[in-house]
Amino acid sequence: MIRWLATISLLIAAGCGGSHMDTGGNGMPAPSNLTVFAAASLQPAFDKVATQFKTQDNITTTFNYAGTQTLISQLTQGAQADVFASADVAHMTTAQNGGLIAGTPQVFVHNRLEIAVEKGNPRGIHALADLARPGLTIVLADPSVPAGRYAQQALAKAGVTVHPASLEPQVTGVLSKVTLGEADAGIVYVSDIVTSGKVDGIAIPDSQNVIADYPIARLSGAQNKTGADAFIKYVLSSQGQAILAGAGFERA
Amino acid sequence: MVLAAVGLLLFLLPLAGLVARAPWDQVGPALVAPETATALGLSLFCSVTATAVALILGIPLALVLARTTGTVRAVLRALTTLPMVLPPVVGGVALFLAFGRRGLVGGPLHNAFGIQITFTTAAAVIAETFVAMPFLVIAVEGGLRALDPRYEEAARALGAGGWKVFARVTLPLLRPAIFSGAVLCWARALGEFGATITFAGNLPGRTQTIPLAVYVALETRPDGAIALSLILLAVSLAILIGLRDRWLGAP
Repeated sequence: MIRWLATISLLIAAGCGGSHMDTGGNGMPAPSNLTVFAAASLQPAFDKVATQFKTQDNITTTFNYAGTQTLISQLTQGAQADVFASADVAHMTTAQNGGLIAGTPQVFVHNRLEIAVEKGNPRGIHALADLARPGLTIVLADPSVPAGRYAQQALAKAGVTVHPASLEPQVTGVLSKVTLGEADAGIVYVSDIVTSGKVDGIAIPDSQNVIADYPIARLSGAQNKTGADAFIKYVLSSQGQAILAGAGFERA
Repeated sequence: MVLAAVGLLLFLLPLAGLVARAPWDQVGPALVAPETATALGLSLFCSVTATAVALILGIPLALVLARTTGTVRAVLRALTTLPMVLPPVVGGVALFLAFGRRGLVGGPLHNAFGIQITFTTAAAVIAETFVAMPFLVIAVEGGLRALDPRYEEAARALGAGGWKVFARVTLPLLRPAIFSGAVLCWARALGEFGATITFAGNLPGRTQTIPLAVYVALETRPDGAIALSLILLAVSLAILIGLRDRWLGAP
Protein backbone atom coordinates (compact mmCIF):
# COMPACT_ATOMS: atom_id res chain seq x y z
CA MET A 1 0.00 0.00 0.00
CA ILE A 2 2.75 2.40 1.00
CA ARG A 3 4.75 1.49 -2.06
CA TRP A 4 1.70 1.98 -4.16
CA LEU A 5 1.03 5.46 -2.76
CA ALA A 6 4.65 6.38 -3.21
CA THR A 7 4.52 5.29 -6.82
CA ILE A 8 1.37 7.31 -7.40
CA SER A 9 2.87 10.35 -5.78
CA LEU A 10 6.01 9.99 -7.84
CA LEU A 11 3.86 9.82 -10.91
CA ILE A 12 1.98 12.90 -9.74
CA ALA A 13 5.24 14.70 -9.09
CA ALA A 14 6.48 13.72 -12.51
CA GLY A 15 3.20 14.80 -14.04
CA CYS A 16 3.47 18.18 -12.40
CA GLY A 17 6.98 18.57 -13.66
CA GLY A 18 7.94 19.43 -10.10
CA SER A 19 11.69 19.02 -9.93
CA HIS A 20 12.10 19.70 -6.23
CA MET A 21 9.33 17.42 -5.03
CA ASP A 22 10.23 14.88 -2.43
CA THR A 23 8.02 12.13 -1.14
CA GLY A 24 10.10 11.96 1.97
CA GLY A 25 9.85 8.19 1.89
CA ASN A 26 6.96 8.22 4.37
CA GLY A 27 4.40 7.15 1.82
CA MET A 28 2.63 10.51 1.85
CA PRO A 29 2.00 12.14 -1.48
CA ALA A 30 4.37 14.98 -2.24
CA PRO A 31 3.34 18.17 -0.50
CA SER A 32 1.90 20.83 -2.75
CA ASN A 33 -0.14 23.99 -2.51
CA LEU A 34 -3.56 24.69 -3.87
CA THR A 35 -5.49 27.94 -4.18
CA VAL A 36 -9.27 27.73 -4.02
CA PHE A 37 -11.62 30.63 -4.73
CA ALA A 38 -14.84 29.84 -2.92
CA ALA A 39 -18.16 31.54 -2.23
CA ALA A 40 -18.21 33.15 1.22
CA SER A 41 -20.97 30.83 2.45
CA LEU A 42 -18.66 27.83 2.03
CA GLN A 43 -16.04 29.05 4.49
CA PRO A 44 -16.93 27.05 7.62
CA ALA A 45 -17.35 23.81 5.67
CA PHE A 46 -14.36 24.26 3.36
CA ASP A 47 -12.02 25.11 6.24
CA LYS A 48 -12.84 21.68 7.70
CA VAL A 49 -12.60 20.02 4.31
CA ALA A 50 -9.12 21.51 3.87
CA THR A 51 -7.91 20.09 7.19
CA GLN A 52 -9.04 16.57 6.25
CA PHE A 53 -7.83 16.94 2.70
CA LYS A 54 -4.37 17.95 3.95
CA THR A 55 -4.21 14.83 6.11
CA GLN A 56 -5.23 12.60 3.25
CA ASP A 57 -3.54 14.12 0.21
CA ASN A 58 -0.80 16.25 1.80
CA ILE A 59 -1.98 19.30 -0.12
CA THR A 60 -2.11 22.65 1.66
CA THR A 61 -5.12 24.63 0.55
CA THR A 62 -5.29 28.41 0.63
CA PHE A 63 -8.75 29.91 0.32
CA ASN A 64 -10.01 33.19 -0.99
CA TYR A 65 -13.55 33.49 0.34
CA ALA A 66 -15.72 36.31 -1.02
CA GLY A 67 -19.02 36.99 -2.68
CA THR A 68 -19.22 34.95 -5.87
CA GLN A 69 -19.26 38.13 -8.03
CA THR A 70 -16.16 39.47 -6.34
CA LEU A 71 -14.39 36.19 -7.10
CA ILE A 72 -15.46 36.39 -10.73
CA SER A 73 -14.14 39.96 -11.04
CA GLN A 74 -10.86 38.93 -9.43
CA LEU A 75 -10.50 35.94 -11.75
CA THR A 76 -11.38 38.05 -14.77
CA GLN A 77 -8.71 40.54 -13.71
CA GLY A 78 -6.17 37.71 -13.80
CA ALA A 79 -6.08 36.40 -10.22
CA GLN A 80 -4.26 33.05 -10.09
CA ALA A 81 -6.20 30.15 -8.60
CA ASP A 82 -6.71 26.42 -9.14
CA VAL A 83 -10.32 25.76 -8.14
CA PHE A 84 -13.47 27.85 -8.23
CA ALA A 85 -16.52 27.00 -6.12
CA SER A 86 -19.51 29.19 -6.93
CA ALA A 87 -22.71 29.80 -4.98
CA ASP A 88 -24.79 29.58 -8.11
CA VAL A 89 -24.79 28.09 -11.57
CA ALA A 90 -25.25 31.46 -13.28
CA HIS A 91 -21.87 32.76 -12.16
CA MET A 92 -20.18 29.49 -13.04
CA THR A 93 -21.62 29.88 -16.53
CA THR A 94 -20.28 33.44 -16.66
CA ALA A 95 -16.86 32.08 -15.73
CA GLN A 96 -17.16 29.36 -18.37
CA ASN A 97 -18.13 31.87 -21.04
CA GLY A 98 -15.10 33.93 -20.02
CA GLY A 99 -12.85 30.94 -20.70
CA LEU A 100 -11.87 30.69 -17.04
CA ILE A 101 -13.01 27.11 -16.47
CA ALA A 102 -11.36 23.86 -17.51
CA GLY A 103 -13.64 20.85 -17.89
CA THR A 104 -17.23 20.53 -16.81
CA PRO A 105 -18.39 22.10 -13.52
CA GLN A 106 -20.06 19.70 -11.10
CA VAL A 107 -22.76 20.61 -8.59
CA PHE A 108 -21.40 19.42 -5.24
CA VAL A 109 -23.98 20.69 -2.74
CA HIS A 110 -27.32 22.40 -2.46
CA ASN A 111 -28.30 25.09 -0.02
CA ARG A 112 -31.72 26.43 0.79
CA LEU A 113 -32.94 29.66 2.28
CA GLU A 114 -34.13 30.20 5.81
CA ILE A 115 -35.24 33.23 7.81
CA ALA A 116 -32.64 34.22 10.39
CA VAL A 117 -34.09 35.71 13.57
CA GLU A 118 -32.68 36.52 16.96
CA LYS A 119 -32.29 33.65 19.42
CA GLY A 120 -35.66 32.83 20.92
CA ASN A 121 -37.47 34.61 18.07
CA PRO A 122 -38.66 37.54 20.22
CA ARG A 123 -40.61 39.16 17.39
CA GLY A 124 -42.61 36.01 16.65
CA ILE A 125 -41.63 35.58 13.01
CA HIS A 126 -42.93 32.31 11.55
CA ALA A 127 -43.15 32.80 7.79
CA LEU A 128 -42.02 35.04 4.95
CA ALA A 129 -45.36 36.88 5.18
CA ASP A 130 -44.38 38.07 8.69
CA LEU A 131 -41.45 39.99 7.20
CA ALA A 132 -43.90 42.49 5.72
CA ARG A 133 -45.21 43.46 9.17
CA PRO A 134 -44.69 47.14 9.91
CA GLY A 135 -42.23 48.01 12.65
CA LEU A 136 -39.80 45.24 11.82
CA THR A 137 -36.26 45.93 10.65
CA ILE A 138 -35.50 43.51 7.82
CA VAL A 139 -32.13 43.15 6.13
CA LEU A 140 -31.63 41.30 2.85
CA ALA A 141 -28.66 40.57 0.65
CA ASP A 142 -28.34 42.81 -2.39
CA PRO A 143 -29.98 41.30 -5.49
CA SER A 144 -26.58 41.44 -7.21
CA VAL A 145 -25.39 38.54 -5.03
CA PRO A 146 -26.96 35.07 -5.31
CA ALA A 147 -28.39 35.10 -1.78
CA GLY A 148 -30.13 38.38 -2.51
CA ARG A 149 -31.50 37.20 -5.82
CA TYR A 150 -32.79 33.98 -4.25
CA ALA A 151 -34.39 35.95 -1.42
CA GLN A 152 -36.14 38.12 -3.98
CA GLN A 153 -37.42 35.02 -5.79
CA ALA A 154 -38.62 33.44 -2.55
CA LEU A 155 -40.46 36.61 -1.52
CA ALA A 156 -42.03 36.81 -4.98
CA LYS A 157 -43.18 33.17 -4.72
CA ALA A 158 -44.70 33.94 -1.34
CA GLY A 159 -46.29 37.12 -2.72
CA VAL A 160 -44.70 39.21 0.01
CA THR A 161 -43.41 42.76 -0.36
CA VAL A 162 -40.67 43.65 2.08
CA HIS A 163 -39.12 47.06 2.65
CA PRO A 164 -35.59 46.17 3.71
CA ALA A 165 -33.54 48.55 5.84
CA SER A 166 -30.40 47.50 4.02
CA LEU A 167 -29.29 45.45 1.02
CA GLU A 168 -26.03 43.89 2.10
CA PRO A 169 -23.41 43.16 -0.59
CA GLN A 170 -22.50 39.96 1.28
CA VAL A 171 -24.78 37.43 2.91
CA THR A 172 -22.53 37.53 5.98
CA GLY A 173 -23.57 41.17 6.42
CA VAL A 174 -27.19 40.05 6.76
CA LEU A 175 -26.25 37.46 9.35
CA SER A 176 -24.09 39.80 11.41
CA LYS A 177 -26.82 42.45 11.54
CA VAL A 178 -29.31 39.91 12.88
CA THR A 179 -26.70 38.52 15.28
CA LEU A 180 -25.92 41.99 16.62
CA GLY A 181 -29.62 42.63 17.14
CA GLU A 182 -29.77 45.55 14.70
CA ALA A 183 -32.14 43.74 12.38
CA ASP A 184 -35.14 41.67 13.46
CA ALA A 185 -34.84 39.24 10.59
CA GLY A 186 -32.99 38.49 7.38
CA ILE A 187 -33.03 35.86 4.69
CA VAL A 188 -29.87 33.75 4.54
CA TYR A 189 -28.77 30.21 3.69
CA VAL A 190 -29.51 27.33 6.07
CA SER A 191 -25.75 26.69 6.18
CA ASP A 192 -25.18 30.22 7.50
CA ILE A 193 -27.58 29.61 10.37
CA VAL A 194 -26.19 26.16 11.17
CA THR A 195 -22.59 27.33 11.33
CA SER A 196 -23.29 30.66 13.04
CA GLY A 197 -25.18 29.14 15.95
CA LYS A 198 -25.96 32.67 17.13
CA VAL A 199 -29.34 33.05 15.43
CA ASP A 200 -32.43 30.91 15.11
CA GLY A 201 -33.64 29.71 11.74
CA ILE A 202 -37.26 29.77 10.60
CA ALA A 203 -37.85 27.26 7.81
CA ILE A 204 -39.33 28.41 4.52
CA PRO A 205 -41.64 25.83 2.92
CA ASP A 206 -40.45 24.19 -0.30
CA SER A 207 -43.21 25.87 -2.29
CA GLN A 208 -41.66 29.27 -1.51
CA ASN A 209 -38.04 28.26 -1.11
CA VAL A 210 -35.25 28.53 -3.63
CA ILE A 211 -32.67 25.78 -3.74
CA ALA A 212 -29.20 27.01 -4.58
CA ASP A 213 -26.87 24.74 -6.55
CA TYR A 214 -23.16 25.11 -5.83
CA PRO A 215 -20.94 24.08 -8.75
CA ILE A 216 -17.21 23.49 -8.49
CA ALA A 217 -14.62 23.31 -11.27
CA ARG A 218 -10.92 23.45 -12.01
CA LEU A 219 -9.80 26.77 -13.45
CA SER A 220 -8.14 26.88 -16.84
CA GLY A 221 -5.27 28.87 -15.30
CA ALA A 222 -4.66 26.23 -12.61
CA GLN A 223 -1.00 25.67 -11.77
CA ASN A 224 -1.70 22.64 -9.61
CA LYS A 225 -4.02 20.66 -11.90
CA THR A 226 -3.59 17.37 -10.03
CA GLY A 227 -4.22 19.02 -6.70
CA ALA A 228 -7.28 20.78 -8.10
CA ASP A 229 -8.78 17.52 -9.34
CA ALA A 230 -7.95 15.80 -6.05
CA PHE A 231 -9.68 18.58 -4.11
CA ILE A 232 -12.81 18.39 -6.27
CA LYS A 233 -12.82 14.62 -5.90
CA TYR A 234 -12.52 14.92 -2.13
CA VAL A 235 -15.38 17.43 -1.97
CA LEU A 236 -17.57 14.97 -3.90
CA SER A 237 -16.43 11.96 -1.82
CA SER A 238 -18.52 10.63 1.04
CA GLN A 239 -16.12 12.17 3.61
CA GLY A 240 -16.29 15.57 1.94
CA GLN A 241 -20.06 15.37 1.60
CA ALA A 242 -20.39 14.45 5.29
CA ILE A 243 -18.43 17.56 6.32
CA LEU A 244 -20.61 19.75 4.08
CA ALA A 245 -23.79 18.14 5.43
CA GLY A 246 -22.57 18.86 8.95
CA ALA A 247 -22.32 22.53 7.98
CA GLY A 248 -25.94 22.66 6.88
CA PHE A 249 -25.59 21.93 3.18
CA GLU A 250 -27.61 19.28 1.36
CA ARG A 251 -25.72 16.53 -0.39
CA ALA A 252 -25.51 16.77 -4.14
CA MET B 1 14.02 63.26 -7.20
CA VAL B 2 13.60 59.71 -8.49
CA LEU B 3 11.80 58.77 -5.30
CA ALA B 4 9.53 61.75 -5.71
CA ALA B 5 8.71 60.61 -9.22
CA VAL B 6 7.97 57.09 -8.00
CA GLY B 7 5.76 58.54 -5.29
CA LEU B 8 3.87 60.62 -7.80
CA LEU B 9 3.48 57.63 -10.12
CA LEU B 10 2.02 55.59 -7.30
CA PHE B 11 -0.76 58.18 -7.12
CA LEU B 12 -1.10 58.80 -10.80
CA LEU B 13 -0.98 55.29 -12.27
CA PRO B 14 -4.22 54.04 -10.70
CA LEU B 15 -5.91 57.26 -11.80
CA ALA B 16 -4.46 56.83 -15.28
CA GLY B 17 -5.75 53.25 -15.29
CA LEU B 18 -9.20 54.45 -14.35
CA VAL B 19 -9.19 57.02 -17.13
CA ALA B 20 -7.58 54.71 -19.70
CA ARG B 21 -9.99 51.84 -19.08
CA ALA B 22 -12.99 54.11 -18.71
CA PRO B 23 -15.95 53.08 -20.79
CA TRP B 24 -16.56 56.65 -21.96
CA ASP B 25 -19.79 55.70 -23.68
CA GLN B 26 -21.06 54.62 -20.25
CA VAL B 27 -20.19 57.80 -18.42
CA GLY B 28 -23.01 59.78 -20.02
CA PRO B 29 -25.73 57.22 -19.20
CA ALA B 30 -24.25 56.70 -15.71
CA LEU B 31 -24.30 60.45 -15.11
CA VAL B 32 -27.97 60.80 -15.97
CA ALA B 33 -29.09 57.54 -14.37
CA PRO B 34 -31.45 58.33 -11.50
CA GLU B 35 -29.50 56.00 -9.17
CA THR B 36 -26.34 58.05 -9.76
CA ALA B 37 -28.07 61.31 -8.98
CA THR B 38 -29.52 59.77 -5.81
CA ALA B 39 -26.19 58.36 -4.66
CA LEU B 40 -24.26 61.51 -5.58
CA GLY B 41 -26.79 63.76 -3.85
CA LEU B 42 -26.70 61.56 -0.77
CA SER B 43 -22.89 61.50 -0.82
CA LEU B 44 -22.70 65.30 -0.99
CA PHE B 45 -25.34 65.74 1.71
CA CYS B 46 -23.71 63.25 4.09
CA SER B 47 -20.15 64.48 3.58
CA VAL B 48 -21.09 68.15 3.96
CA THR B 49 -23.18 67.43 7.06
CA ALA B 50 -20.38 65.32 8.51
CA THR B 51 -17.94 68.18 7.89
CA ALA B 52 -20.30 70.64 9.57
CA VAL B 53 -20.63 68.37 12.60
CA ALA B 54 -16.86 67.93 12.64
CA LEU B 55 -16.41 71.71 12.64
CA ILE B 56 -18.86 72.21 15.49
CA LEU B 57 -17.34 69.44 17.62
CA GLY B 58 -13.80 69.30 16.28
CA ILE B 59 -12.71 72.92 16.80
CA PRO B 60 -13.48 72.85 20.55
CA LEU B 61 -11.76 69.47 20.76
CA ALA B 62 -8.69 70.90 19.02
CA LEU B 63 -8.70 73.85 21.46
CA VAL B 64 -8.68 71.46 24.40
CA LEU B 65 -5.95 69.36 22.79
CA ALA B 66 -3.78 72.40 22.10
CA ARG B 67 -4.09 73.58 25.70
CA THR B 68 -3.24 70.34 27.41
CA THR B 69 0.23 68.96 27.96
CA GLY B 70 1.95 65.77 29.08
CA THR B 71 0.11 62.52 29.59
CA VAL B 72 -3.37 64.01 29.26
CA ARG B 73 -2.47 65.39 25.88
CA ALA B 74 -0.86 62.12 24.75
CA VAL B 75 -3.95 60.13 25.73
CA LEU B 76 -6.41 62.62 24.22
CA ARG B 77 -4.40 62.82 21.04
CA ALA B 78 -4.22 59.03 20.70
CA LEU B 79 -7.98 58.76 21.24
CA THR B 80 -8.69 61.47 18.68
CA THR B 81 -6.51 59.96 16.01
CA LEU B 82 -7.62 56.38 16.65
CA PRO B 83 -10.27 56.45 13.87
CA MET B 84 -7.50 57.35 11.40
CA VAL B 85 -5.62 54.12 12.00
CA LEU B 86 -8.56 51.86 12.86
CA PRO B 87 -9.79 49.77 9.92
CA PRO B 88 -13.07 51.51 9.01
CA VAL B 89 -15.01 48.25 9.28
CA VAL B 90 -13.85 47.92 12.87
CA GLY B 91 -14.95 51.51 13.37
CA GLY B 92 -18.35 50.49 12.04
CA VAL B 93 -18.61 47.63 14.52
CA ALA B 94 -17.54 49.97 17.34
CA LEU B 95 -20.28 52.38 16.28
CA PHE B 96 -22.76 49.49 16.47
CA LEU B 97 -21.71 48.79 20.02
CA ALA B 98 -22.20 52.45 20.92
CA PHE B 99 -25.18 53.58 18.87
CA GLY B 100 -26.83 50.31 17.82
CA ARG B 101 -30.12 49.07 19.23
CA ARG B 102 -28.15 47.18 21.87
CA GLY B 103 -25.43 49.78 22.15
CA LEU B 104 -24.32 51.83 25.14
CA VAL B 105 -26.22 54.91 23.96
CA GLY B 106 -28.38 53.44 21.22
CA GLY B 107 -29.88 50.83 23.55
CA PRO B 108 -31.50 53.24 26.03
CA LEU B 109 -32.50 55.49 23.13
CA HIS B 110 -34.27 52.60 21.41
CA ASN B 111 -35.93 51.33 24.58
CA ALA B 112 -37.15 54.73 25.74
CA PHE B 113 -38.14 56.40 22.47
CA GLY B 114 -38.13 53.62 19.91
CA ILE B 115 -35.42 55.45 17.99
CA GLN B 116 -33.16 53.32 15.81
CA ILE B 117 -30.09 55.07 14.43
CA THR B 118 -28.68 52.21 12.36
CA PHE B 119 -29.75 51.97 8.71
CA THR B 120 -30.64 55.69 8.59
CA THR B 121 -29.00 58.59 6.79
CA ALA B 122 -28.04 59.86 10.24
CA ALA B 123 -26.04 56.66 10.72
CA ALA B 124 -24.17 57.34 7.48
CA VAL B 125 -23.38 60.87 8.71
CA ILE B 126 -22.21 59.53 12.09
CA ALA B 127 -19.98 56.95 10.40
CA GLU B 128 -18.45 59.60 8.13
CA THR B 129 -17.94 62.03 11.01
CA PHE B 130 -16.30 59.33 13.12
CA VAL B 131 -13.79 58.52 10.42
CA ALA B 132 -13.18 62.03 9.06
CA MET B 133 -13.21 64.34 12.08
CA PRO B 134 -9.65 63.48 13.22
CA PHE B 135 -8.31 65.09 10.02
CA LEU B 136 -9.93 68.38 11.02
CA VAL B 137 -8.89 68.16 14.66
CA ILE B 138 -5.26 67.47 13.80
CA ALA B 139 -5.12 70.35 11.30
CA VAL B 140 -6.73 72.84 13.68
CA GLU B 141 -4.60 71.71 16.61
CA GLY B 142 -1.50 72.20 14.47
CA GLY B 143 -2.71 75.69 13.58
CA LEU B 144 -3.34 76.53 17.23
CA ARG B 145 0.11 75.38 18.27
CA ALA B 146 1.67 77.51 15.54
CA LEU B 147 -0.23 80.60 16.70
CA ASP B 148 1.75 83.41 18.19
CA PRO B 149 0.23 83.74 21.68
CA ARG B 150 1.11 87.44 21.80
CA TYR B 151 -1.90 88.36 19.65
CA GLU B 152 -4.27 86.80 22.16
CA GLU B 153 -2.33 88.28 25.08
CA ALA B 154 -2.49 91.71 23.51
CA ALA B 155 -6.25 91.42 22.99
CA ARG B 156 -6.66 90.29 26.60
CA ALA B 157 -4.47 93.15 27.85
CA LEU B 158 -6.71 95.52 25.96
CA GLY B 159 -9.65 94.20 27.94
CA ALA B 160 -11.26 91.64 25.65
CA GLY B 161 -13.05 88.72 27.35
CA GLY B 162 -12.31 85.04 26.64
CA TRP B 163 -15.06 84.58 24.06
CA LYS B 164 -14.28 87.86 22.34
CA VAL B 165 -10.59 86.96 22.07
CA PHE B 166 -11.53 83.61 20.56
CA ALA B 167 -14.05 85.01 18.08
CA ARG B 168 -12.13 88.14 17.04
CA VAL B 169 -8.50 87.04 17.30
CA THR B 170 -8.00 83.28 17.52
CA LEU B 171 -10.61 82.17 15.00
CA PRO B 172 -9.56 84.58 12.20
CA LEU B 173 -5.92 83.59 12.69
CA LEU B 174 -6.92 79.93 12.50
CA ARG B 175 -8.86 80.33 9.28
CA PRO B 176 -6.30 78.65 6.97
CA ALA B 177 -5.90 75.69 9.35
CA ILE B 178 -9.66 75.31 9.73
CA PHE B 179 -10.23 75.40 5.99
CA SER B 180 -7.51 72.96 5.11
CA GLY B 181 -8.70 70.66 7.91
CA ALA B 182 -12.30 70.96 6.76
CA VAL B 183 -11.38 70.13 3.17
CA LEU B 184 -9.39 67.06 4.22
CA CYS B 185 -12.22 66.01 6.51
CA TRP B 186 -14.80 66.47 3.77
CA ALA B 187 -12.73 64.53 1.23
CA ARG B 188 -12.28 61.66 3.67
CA ALA B 189 -16.01 61.69 4.47
CA LEU B 190 -16.90 61.66 0.76
CA GLY B 191 -14.82 58.54 0.17
CA GLU B 192 -15.92 56.72 3.34
CA PHE B 193 -16.93 53.13 2.74
CA GLY B 194 -16.15 50.58 5.47
CA ALA B 195 -17.70 52.20 8.50
CA THR B 196 -20.73 53.30 6.50
CA ILE B 197 -21.59 49.91 5.03
CA THR B 198 -21.08 48.23 8.41
CA PHE B 199 -22.96 50.70 10.57
CA ALA B 200 -25.49 52.25 8.18
CA GLY B 201 -26.02 49.40 5.72
CA ASN B 202 -26.63 49.81 2.03
CA LEU B 203 -29.96 51.15 0.84
CA PRO B 204 -30.30 53.35 -2.25
CA GLY B 205 -31.56 56.81 -1.35
CA ARG B 206 -30.96 56.35 2.37
CA THR B 207 -27.47 55.09 3.06
CA GLN B 208 -26.04 54.10 -0.32
CA THR B 209 -23.41 56.77 -0.95
CA ILE B 210 -21.29 56.76 -4.11
CA PRO B 211 -18.50 54.53 -2.71
CA LEU B 212 -21.13 51.93 -1.74
CA ALA B 213 -22.84 52.24 -5.10
CA VAL B 214 -19.48 51.72 -6.80
CA TYR B 215 -18.84 48.60 -4.72
CA VAL B 216 -22.21 47.07 -5.52
CA ALA B 217 -21.96 48.03 -9.19
CA LEU B 218 -18.48 46.53 -9.42
CA GLU B 219 -20.02 43.13 -8.82
CA THR B 220 -22.64 43.29 -11.53
CA ARG B 221 -21.62 45.95 -14.03
CA PRO B 222 -17.93 46.89 -13.71
CA ASP B 223 -18.23 49.46 -16.51
CA GLY B 224 -20.90 51.29 -14.54
CA ALA B 225 -18.66 51.16 -11.47
CA ILE B 226 -15.76 52.77 -13.33
CA ALA B 227 -18.09 55.42 -14.71
CA LEU B 228 -19.37 56.15 -11.20
CA SER B 229 -15.81 56.31 -9.86
CA LEU B 230 -14.89 58.83 -12.55
CA ILE B 231 -17.86 60.98 -11.61
CA LEU B 232 -16.83 60.93 -7.95
CA LEU B 233 -13.25 61.71 -8.96
CA ALA B 234 -14.31 64.63 -11.14
CA VAL B 235 -16.59 66.10 -8.47
CA SER B 236 -13.90 65.78 -5.76
CA LEU B 237 -11.20 67.28 -7.97
CA ALA B 238 -13.41 70.17 -9.04
CA ILE B 239 -14.30 71.00 -5.46
CA LEU B 240 -10.74 70.62 -4.17
CA ILE B 241 -9.32 72.83 -6.92
CA GLY B 242 -12.08 75.37 -6.44
CA LEU B 243 -11.51 75.52 -2.69
CA ARG B 244 -7.78 75.67 -3.07
CA ASP B 245 -7.87 78.77 -5.21
CA ARG B 246 -10.37 80.43 -3.00
CA TRP B 247 -9.31 79.54 0.50
CA LEU B 248 -6.02 77.80 0.55
CA GLY B 249 -4.03 79.99 -1.82
CA ALA B 250 -0.30 79.63 -1.50
CA PRO B 251 0.91 81.38 1.64
